[in-house]
Amino acid sequence: MNAYYFSILQGSLMTVAVALASLALAVVFGLLGAAARLSPNRLAVVAGTAYTTVIRGIPDLVLMLLVFYGGTMGLNYLVVAMGSKGSVDINPFVAGVLTLGFIYGAYMTETFRGAILAIPRGQSEAALAFGMGRTQTFFRIIAPQMVRYALPGFTNNWLVLIKSTALVSLIGLQEMTYIAKQASAATRSPFEFFLFTAALFLLFTSASLWVLRHVNARYRLGTQRVAL
Amino acid sequence: MKWDIIFQPQNLALYSQGILTTLHLLFASLAIGAVLALAFALALTSRWRVLRAVVGAYTYVVRGTPLLIQIYLIYYGLGQLEWIQARWDELWPWTYFKEPFFCALLAFSLNTAGYTAEMLAGAIRETSAGEIEAAQAYGMGPVAILWRIVLPSAMRRTLPAYSNEVVMMLQSTSLASAVPSMLDLTSAASRVYSKYYLPFEAFLFAAGIYLLATFALVGIFRLAERHFLAYLGPQKT
Repeated sequence: MNAYYFSILQGSLMTVAVALASLALAVVFGLLGAAARLSPNRLAVVAGTAYTTVIRGIPDLVLMLLVFYGGTMGLNYLVVAMGSKGSVDINPFVAGVLTLGFIYGAYMTETFRGAILAIPRGQSEAALAFGMGRTQTFFRIIAPQMVRYALPGFTNNWLVLIKSTALVSLIGLQEMTYIAKQASAATRSPFEFFLFTAALFLLFTSASLWVLRHVNARYRLGTQRVAL
Repeated sequence: MKWDIIFQPQNLALYSQGILTTLHLLFASLAIGAVLALAFALALTSRWRVLRAVVGAYTYVVRGTPLLIQIYLIYYGLGQLEWIQARWDELWPWTYFKEPFFCALLAFSLNTAGYTAEMLAGAIRETSAGEIEAAQAYGMGPVAILWRIVLPSAMRRTLPAYSNEVVMMLQSTSLASAVPSMLDLTSAASRVYSKYYLPFEAFLFAAGIYLLATFALVGIFRLAERHFLAYLGPQKT
């Protein structure tokens, strides 16, 4: 009995790994998406808008099954087409991280876009007037303030993302939800194991909230808060 | 791509059965969730500290744990408890806990109630003091103020956030496919996939239907917002 609790704890490391890897990917996709949606190129705007609209309109689970099963089949076609006789299996970790990163990239796009739009235009114009290039303006002027505006949305997205990692258990990744399900099938006491897993998730979300609240306070330094 | 297999009558029938289950789950859980949410929001904004703490803890736990685990807890977990097992063969309401549909519905309703309650409570707290004072000056009692002034305006102001919640719920119903023997849209797609080994067609078709449903819901809410939030917009001259 105790051994199962221990393996659920071990599985929680996998949960954290999936969540952090997906987050990193989502931030990359989010920055790319925001850049596309704010660019002067009309094609990029259309592509960025299509990305966020379509991804946010399809359930995570359906996309994950599509990437996992469809990706496996597509890769196998490719391998055969290239003349090899072997077959490839997509690792559930890779499929999970790719899907979650791609999905939450769409949510991050909207958050980052809003954050960039919240920075007064005069600031980047002033940076240009000082002779900074576009890269310098982004890293010195836009990025530090973007963090401030993006944090509340980022916090929300991260909390939803970490809870979505439970879905990766459905394509066979042995993270804590998967192990909890196996443990309950083996011992016939599902209640305890799922309660334990739920408690671990609650621990993760609470800890994230605590950390991000402090980061938020750090980035809010120097801004005036007006009480009505 | 072999789309013709998807459009064979028996597979289309499978998908439409899935759509019906998904919509049934969605609207039933939204209805039950809305009623619960109203009660919870009133509790969250009430004067009794214990009530606020209890309901606050509930929404915190519901919003802090994955819906999939909540479904597993209700579907697999409750069946293990002896006092439910002893009753679920004949004693009404407990007989429901044997049914997968009821378990999924219960999990979805409790989940959406937690999220909606916090939104509504936030809107109630932000009701401007002047409105309530004016109502008091007209001689309305607390119940009349709640019913005539606070709730109508708070519910309207919750509308934009609630439309997000409804779209999230539509997508969450795909988790019903994790319950064996449930045939929602996602599990219909899974069945077609495993029968013909056509992952792209099977799941893309389902994805397209979800996308259409999402657009329809967003459109309905946009109309509703135009109607109910007209007073917040710029004045028409």
